This record gives sequence, C-alpha cells and structure tokens, in this order.
Amino acid sequence: MNFVALRMLMGDRAKFLGIIMGLTFASLLITQQSSIFVGIMTRTFGFITDTALPEVWVMDPKVQFIDDVKPLRDTMLQRVRGVPGVEWAVPLYKGLIKARLDNGNFQQCNVIGLDDATLIGGPPEMVEGSIADLRKADGVIVDVVGASTRLAKIPRDADGKPIRGAKPEPLKIGDTLELNDRRAVVVGICRNSRTFQSQPVIYTTYSRATVFAPKERKLLSFVLAQPAGGLSGADLVARIEAQTGLMAQTRSEFSWTTIMYFIRYTGIPINFGIAVTLGFLVGTAIAGQTFYNFTLDNLRHFGALKAMGAGTLRLLGMIVQQALVVGLIGYGLGVGLAALVPVLSGGSELAFRLLWQTLALTGVAVTVICVLAAMISMVKVIRLEPAIVFKG
Amino acid sequence: MTTATMDTPRKPDALPDSRAPLAVSCRGVTKAYGQGQSKVMALRGVDLTIACGELMMLVGPSGCGKTTLISVIAGILDRDEGECGVFGNDFAHMSQRAKTRWRGSNIGFVFQAFNLLPTLNAAENAAVPLMILGEGRHAAVKRAREMLDRVGLGDRWKSLPSQLSGGQQQRVAIARALIHGPKLIVCDEPTSALDHETGHVIMRLMKTIAVAEDRALVIVTHDARIFGFADRIARMDDGRVERIVRDPADLQT
Repeated sequence: MNFVALRMLMGDRAKFLGIIMGLTFASLLITQQSSIFVGIMTRTFGFITDTALPEVWVMDPKVQFIDDVKPLRDTMLQRVRGVPGVEWAVPLYKGLIKARLDNGNFQQCNVIGLDDATLIGGPPEMVEGSIADLRKADGVIVDVVGASTRLAKIPRDADGKPIRGAKPEPLKIGDTLELNDRRAVVVGICRNSRTFQSQPVIYTTYSRATVFAPKERKLLSFVLAQPAGGLSGADLVARIEAQTGLMAQTRSEFSWTTIMYFIRYTGIPINFGIAVTLGFLVGTAIAGQTFYNFTLDNLRHFGALKAMGAGTLRLLGMIVQQALVVGLIGYGLGVGLAALVPVLSGGSELAFRLLWQTLALTGVAVTVICVLAAMISMVKVIRLEPAIVFKG
Repeated sequence: MTTATMDTPRKPDALPDSRAPLAVSCRGVTKAYGQGQSKVMALRGVDLTIACGELMMLVGPSGCGKTTLISVIAGILDRDEGECGVFGNDFAHMSQRAKTRWRGSNIGFVFQAFNLLPTLNAAENAAVPLMILGEGRHAAVKRAREMLDRVGLGDRWKSLPSQLSGGQQQRVAIARALIHGPKLIVCDEPTSALDHETGHVIMRLMKTIAVAEDRALVIVTHDARIFGFADRIARMDDGRVERIVRDPADLQT
C-alpha cells in the first residue's frame, strides 16, 4: 500500500507541488534566517575567537561586551601577572582610530595593539607577510576584506590625479596609511573573522597602537592571561577577580557575555525570531491547508479502500507516509536552497553560518508542520464511515 | 405492507434455491439515522436470504433503504437490531479489525461512480484488493492484468481511469471486485452511469464471470433495463422488503 499512498500523493501534481512549496518555503526561511542570525551573533565575538591562545580575558568590571572597551591603568598588567597560577599575561589594545585615505576621506578602523614581545592576540591567518613583520618600523597588518574594500586605493594617473571610474586597488605590502596623523606602513595582509560593525581591522604592536590612539590617561583595553599547567581557566578567573578586583572571564564565557549583550539590548533576536516564526506559520498554513485539501479530495478513495478491507491503521500509515515524503522533500529543498544563499552571494558581507543545530531546528519545525497537517487529515480518516462510498 | 421472508409460504419467490447454501441471511434488520426528532428509520425489519450462485437485485424508490441494506450486508455499516449472517459470519459479533479483514478477503465492491484511484493505471487499480491483503505490487499487478484480460481490457492495462470510457472503467471496477476471489459481490448502481448498450454489456460480463456456485451477487439498481439479469428481485419500500420475485414482469402486478 506504500506504492498506492505515493501514487495518490504524487498523482495530483498541483497539490503535491503546493505542499512541497509550502514546506520548502518554511524550511528555507527558517534555515536562512536562523543561519544569518547565527552568523551575525558569531561576528559579535569573532575577535575573541580569533584571539585563540589566551584562555582568560581580564577587563574592567563594567565591560559588557567585546567592543565595550573601558580602559585600565597599565599597572593592572603587572597586578594580573602577580596572581599565582598565571603562566603569562600580555596587554591588548583595542580601539577605534580614523585612518585617512589617499582621497582625503576618513575611515574608522578597529586597531588592535599586540604585546610587543610576544605578539599574542594576532590574526589567525596571514595572507601575505608574517606577524613578525610588525616589528618593522611603523608596521601594520590589515585584514584582507578591509584592504580590498574600505581601505582600497583609488588608482591615479601619471600626474597623480585620481582616475575616474577606475576600480579601487587593494592595499598591498609597502603601501602607507595615515592613522591619527601618524604614518603606518602595511607589512602584511591577514584574514580574520568579520566583526559586527564590519570595520577594517588593523593589527600593530601595543606600543605603536598607543601612539596611534588619541591621548588618554588609560589605554590598556584587556589583559590576556594563560593559566599555569594544571590550573583551569575558571580557577584562574576566580583568583584574578579575587586579587585584582577586575573582571575576568574565560574565552568561552566572554563570547557568551558578548552574545547575550546583543540578544538583550538589540532588536536582532526579535527581528529574526519574527522572520523564523513567520516562516513556520506560513509554511504550516500553506502545507497544512494543501495537505488537508488533498486528504479531503481523496476521502472518497480512502473510504473505498476502507470498504475493501484496508484498516484505519493502514490508512493512517499511508497518510503518515505521505506526510513524511513531502516533509523530507520540502526539508531537503529548503535547506539546500538556504545553503546556496552564501554561495550565490559571493564575497558579499552576508553573515551566514549554517550549524547542525539549525538543520536540526528546521527538521523539527518541518516535522511539526507535517505532523499538524497529517493529524488534521487523520482525524477525517479515523471518523470516515466506509459507507460513504455508496453515497452518490 | 407485507414483509417478504423465508417463512412466508404464500410467496415462494422469496425463497432461494433450497439446494444451494445460504450466502446472506438477514432477519428483522433495523437501522436508524439520527436521534430524537430527526431520527429516520432507514430499515424497519428486513428479512432477506440470498443463496450461493444467485444474483439478487434490490430495487425500489430512492430512500427506500437499498443502499443501507447492502452496506449492512457488506459490513460497512452497523445495524441497530436483528440478525444478519454472511456465509455464517455475523459482523455484530466481530471486532472492527476482524470485520475489516474479513471484508477484505470475502467481499468485492462495484460502485456507481467506479471509485477508481485516478493516479493508478487500470492494472494497478484492479490490483488494489490484493495489495490490501498483503500481496506484493508486482505479483498483484500481474494477476490484475490476467483479470483485465477476462473483462476484455487486457490491452488497456496501462491506461489511467481518465483515459478510459465509463464502460471500460466499470470493467476495471469489476476486475477489482473479482480479483481476490470474494464470496460476495456487492454492486451499487453499476449501470446507472452507463448507456443502455454498455449497461447490458457490463451485466452480461457480470453474469458470465462473476456469478459462481460459491459466490453470490447483490446489485442495487434503479435500472429496469437490467432486471432480466437477476435470479431474483427484491423490491423495497419504506425500509422494508416489500416483495421478492423471480420474473421482472411480476413487479408490475
């Protein structure tokens, strides 16, 4: 009877496609919107992920998320280093500095100052040059997306005038930038995680960053620390907080602190939640209604099958099988189309991160839609009197 | 109004051939739809017997209870009172599951509107009862093609119902009703959707291949043109079997 169920389902192409479209739409919308939400949320703590070596981040107790920098006094670095169980601790500068472009415009950049001695906290991947080149005079490393977009140079003719309509040229090693009226030389191009604000990221040494930075009394953004052998990150966090009065968090905790800030204080989750809910509701409405209509149209045939000896359980099995088939096809198409979105968007700024949890969530949502649609149909079939077949 | 029963000596036509075993035996069957003031008595104590090898027609005006009676006989509708045995089995004493299983094995249906699945071809439609009984699709379709040969549609086995005429669709329905070798075939207005000539062809076919010594046929019909094919005709009115005759001409008297 599986064969009969499938032929009944696929034979009515208009309804079959209608159900598939509803489920595909729901699946696509839920997967795509959830993945973009995850992508955006991932960007909020992308810098923490990139700074992979240190286990513990130490900061001002009022810091709420990674970009909420509240500078510390430089002496705090020594206090953290003095906490028993700290294997090493290094300073990190993180701040927004305006770069003057060669066309006269200014571009806000995220400047990261790394410990001069160890260069800990550097970019995860170098495209050109090496992190050690930061030791060269005025050296900075620029992220590849920033170098080829917002910091890209406008080509000039022999007289030094900008060529109109010419495609901007990416920054390359040897090019110079002006950061807060100070010269910086590009010594490397790196690839890092995109940040929430999508500003260009410029890495340099801590001492040079404090020169680029506007003059302030306190410039130390974070202290990055590593527990000595055998001590867990959580234990070190407790010790640092107890002995310095500063706030310390493990890398994972700080990532979640950042995510939770954006979830609590921005409308992002609500907006995406609405889109996901709409996808679910519209999918349920389209697929459920079409599936129910399909069952109603076939009620007479179900009645005939019941009269001819097909039991209620067998008929319900046929409906479940039909729901399962449309569910699987709709899920597959929706997820497939969603996965195509980042491919089709090429090198755009689209934040898209498809997790297995998102696939599972979509699977659950599509299953719920199919179960709802099938249940309404099942009630009809359970109540169906086979004598319906003799009613003209 | 007189009720024809097997105990009514003045109406010998009410009795089937005494040598043949009984296929259907109903006594005092009642059935009502609705409750209270909206209650409608569809059957008011029907007595009827049908023997194996017999083609019995149920005739009468609309609303007289013909369809309700064959629904009760076929076990797809529960009666309220009385007794009704089909080959010695009383559906009232069977569970829903056992009833469904018994119906699947022993009863064949021919419907007025054919009720063929529009997305299955002729052979697949005819094979449905076998698939319900658990036979594999390929074996069932193979047997269905043989049965379609017997009803003269061997060359149209791949056709969808929409590609067949009304008469051809009814032949497929007959093949479907016969394929699993049922003991009782129940037909509801099998010729009402067909023209006169096609109706006769269908009835001749039924008479030829469906009637067997160990099988009975019950046909509900309004179509007086096919009364001549019946072994006996039971005329119903107001929920009762009013009269049973062997000769259609006797219905007029």
